[in-house]
Amino acid sequence: MNVWQFMLQNRTEVLQLTLEHLWLVGVSTVIAAMVGIPLGILITRWPGLDKPILGGANIIQTIPSLALFGFLLPAPWFGERADRMAILALTLYALLPMIRNTYAGIRGVDPAVVEAGRGMGLTDGQLLWQVQLPLALSVIIAGVRVAVVISVGLATIAAAIGAGGLGEYIFRGLAMVSNPVILAGAIPAAGLALLADFSLGLLEKRLQTQ
Amino acid sequence: MHDPPQNDVAIQFNNVAFQLEGGRVLIEGLDFSVRRGETLVLLGKSGSGKTTSLKLINRLLPLTSGEIRVEGCSIREWNVIRLRRRIGYVIQEVGLFPHFSVERNIGLVPTIEKWDEGRIRERVRELLSLVGLDSDFAGRFPRELSGGQRQRVGVARALAADPPILLMDEPFGALDPITRAELQREFLALQKRLKKTVVFVTHDLREALLLADRIALMEEGKLLATLTPEEFVRSKDSLIAAYVAAFATDMSALAKRGDS
Repeated sequence: MNVWQFMLQNRTEVLQLTLEHLWLVGVSTVIAAMVGIPLGILITRWPGLDKPILGGANIIQTIPSLALFGFLLPAPWFGERADRMAILALTLYALLPMIRNTYAGIRGVDPAVVEAGRGMGLTDGQLLWQVQLPLALSVIIAGVRVAVVISVGLATIAAAIGAGGLGEYIFRGLAMVSNPVILAGAIPAAGLALLADFSLGLLEKRLQTQ
Repeated sequence: MHDPPQNDVAIQFNNVAFQLEGGRVLIEGLDFSVRRGETLVLLGKSGSGKTTSLKLINRLLPLTSGEIRVEGCSIREWNVIRLRRRIGYVIQEVGLFPHFSVERNIGLVPTIEKWDEGRIRERVRELLSLVGLDSDFAGRFPRELSGGQRQRVGVARALAADPPILLMDEPFGALDPITRAELQREFLALQKRLKKTVVFVTHDLREALLLADRIALMEEGKLLATLTPEEFVRSKDSLIAAYVAAFATDMSALAKRGDS
């Protein structure tokens, strides 16, 4: 039986696992954006905070993902359900690109534009919302794009702690030594990653030319 | 030189000093006043402290010591946002908002000040014609403009909320000589009509002589003298004479090159 026959026969399960996968990635990306983008803004306002916060997010990024899932097992509330743990782990991994790109995007706005804005009497909030965020938006979206693509791949490992998603097929296929089953998880996951990369890439480009 | 009467003074520097966090002193013992409606040119070499002095006025840089009064009130007492909206600010790099049309660039402060839309649109048209731009420019974006057009929009933007004071930091310094001369002439015509209090920074003596009511010559963070353009060129003071000579030699050297 090849991979396509397998996927066709199990199409409801493939769909189910794909939706679980999307759920893990979607929820963690939204939470990471809600935390990471404000943090990225904050460290442009508090010069002393940039190094510790970027450094912290960097350290999280270096923890091997299987180990991070393991570390989270004893965490209260999160440890109770596998999907909570998986979402927390994916959120932590997504933070770095969000924080770093928000910070870099805002810092990268032409200093003359910022000086003109301050000089004409914009408050810090007006400068942020009217000038800095719109001009940094394409860089921030590029960060979201990187985070999503990383998350789609990492979320396959969430199956190791029983959080579901397309990783189920990959781990099952590994146990059965069955390439079609591995591919039934890997192909849709790769497809999701490409689709996310392409669509967010388009959005990024559109914002750039504005 | 004696100070003009108080109600005639728009900006007053009293023993102003500014030093960087590392302790390097950029400006020291600066005392001068700018009269209402006059163009005072701060002239000096690079690093003489002209731009620093300008940025102290609208508090883009913090005073280290001394006092600056704007319209009779110490700038420390002013709400910084209100102070900056009373003072138009034009810089060499212009700094137009690249994601806004010309109309939104010019109309930003009026929009924030909650003028009604019709009044803003009318004001934008009025300002465009004031700086010599056709009203179709309203819908264009900064990237579609030439350097001279950008600076015209920069001036219009600074004038949008009709501030009584204008700070200009080498506004024409990045333009080609022909466009520069054109904008200098227009600045003079504009200033005749508007009578703003202008502090204008330049290192170009010709520009200073052309535009200034008075020239304040700065060197190494100190004020050397405040003179009218006529007094400036006739001055026997060795430093000022050297300044004039530098420009004069420059010109005759150029002329000689042309001969050979």
